Amino acid sequence: MSLDIDVEHARGTFRLAAKFAAQPGVTALFGRSGSGKSSLVDIVAGLIRPQRGRIVIDGTTLVDTERGVFVPKHRRRVGYVFQDSRLFPHLSVRQNLLYGRWFSRGDGGVAGDFGSIVELLGIGSLTERRPDSLSGGEKQRVAIGRALLAHPRLLLMDEPLASLDEARRAEILPYIERLRDFGVPILYVSHSVAEVARLATTVVILSEGTVTAVGPVLDILPLAEATDGGSVVEAVVTQHDDAFQLTTLASLAGELQVPRLAAAPGATVRAYIRSRDVMLSLQPPQEISALNVLSGKVSRITENGAQADVLLDCNGATVAARLTTKSVQRLALAPGRPVFAVIKSVSFERS
Amino acid sequence: MTAEEWTAVRLSLLVAVTATAASLPPGIAIAWLLARRQFWGKGLLDTVVHLPLIMPPVVTGYLLLILFGKRGPIGQFLDQTFGIVFAFRWTGAALACAVMGFPLMVRAIRLSIEAVDTRLESAAGTLGAHPLWVFATITLPLCLPGMIAGAILSFAKAMGEFGATITFVSNIPGETQTLPSAIYTLTQVPGGDAGALRLTAISIAISMLALLGSEMLARRIGGRHLAV
Repeated sequence: MSLDIDVEHARGTFRLAAKFAAQPGVTALFGRSGSGKSSLVDIVAGLIRPQRGRIVIDGTTLVDTERGVFVPKHRRRVGYVFQDSRLFPHLSVRQNLLYGRWFSRGDGGVAGDFGSIVELLGIGSLTERRPDSLSGGEKQRVAIGRALLAHPRLLLMDEPLASLDEARRAEILPYIERLRDFGVPILYVSHSVAEVARLATTVVILSEGTVTAVGPVLDILPLAEATDGGSVVEAVVTQHDDAFQLTTLASLAGELQVPRLAAAPGATVRAYIRSRDVMLSLQPPQEISALNVLSGKVSRITENGAQADVLLDCNGATVAARLTTKSVQRLALAPGRPVFAVIKSVSFERS
Repeated sequence: MTAEEWTAVRLSLLVAVTATAASLPPGIAIAWLLARRQFWGKGLLDTVVHLPLIMPPVVTGYLLLILFGKRGPIGQFLDQTFGIVFAFRWTGAALACAVMGFPLMVRAIRLSIEAVDTRLESAAGTLGAHPLWVFATITLPLCLPGMIAGAILSFAKAMGEFGATITFVSNIPGETQTLPSAIYTLTQVPGGDAGALRLTAISIAISMLALLGSEMLARRIGGRHLAV
């Protein structure tokens, strides 16, 4: 799958000018609300006609304002999972799922028959029910299945978990991961670092209508100003310590000990480390309560008023720390300087 | 009941059913245009559709006579091209009833189309459905209760229409004498009171049956999705 986007669109005082190319896998559109993420996916879906620009999927031009090309939404074969599931209330779950099948000729796009997609999403027991009798999480899974069964070339997901509570999110995330591993190209809109850290292959950061950064999730997420700040470290589970209920992980940056994870040894996980949970020390810290200390070099410092974001290169992995500018001066931090990062807590996004 | 009274009842039902059935397709089309499209002259179309509601029925009947009469521009054209004659025929009564009921029908259907969430329609579009299919499979079923309500209003109006009908196609027993015309005639002759009362009772019964029937229908076709 390849997706090339270069569009401009103005509505009122808001200007969207986005240009990027999406790679296979999950491309996360990440940014604050109002940064133009949803407008951008609406343009890709054909719900909004951009004032200028081009959109090309796998060599097929969907929009080219210069040549006057605008493929209407029903001929784009772009699946769309909305924030509100938008199931058809007068149809059963089965009829909802099969709705797009009447129109797709089943050529190309995502393969997958009714049985395998129903199984993939765990909705086999719901097919004869009405949408209004489903829970929020079930509705969203049915909406994902409905979009997939229309054989899309690309799946758009606009904050599909935003209207759900924490438990329901945890229920759906594994299914979206399965889709990714199933080979469905996904453009995923989110303002949640946790979701992006867990799902994305590539991250596109949008800020006030423009793309400020594009790249692999591990490189880009520490740069995202839209977040509180944080970094993602990929790690492999090496062993569990049952006595202390801890799990040991191996990563590029070094060994990490974390509260016990429900993952088998050998599994790959993504550890999300918030910048404000990282302290820096010039000496190897001794006799402290924190279990995890990583060594690295300062690679970049961004000062922002009283606060400074310090990016560290820990043997190839990026870790971000948020300090006061006073601390930066006191420690005389500068690019290249070796430091020790004391990590107070690590949160986990299974990969 | 006399034979003439039965004829009036049968004729009224024929006229009302024909008027309702014939005005349903254009009624849905115009309601959809008014609910979902912006175009030049939308206000004018809205006004024209509503005219029969605000004009005296006699005026509507007289306009129909001028336009659709034997020598009227439209009436002449239809007679010569298709052999369709409205003047002083039951078809003319159906036309008058259809025109009088049209604003009521369009209003009900328009409101129900406006109540259908356009986001469901765009979702159907992204699943590959052509706009006409979206209308047939999403919009139409979701506003069915409103369409039934519109049809019933039109039918009820047709059963009771008097002014426009009698002005346009007169009051010819067996051809254009509908229930209201027959009741009116009976009240004008000595000893007609009993007949007028019988027809009045039948008229009330038909109206109530139509209302009950429509409510049952609306409930059966998933009226829970949309309150009208």
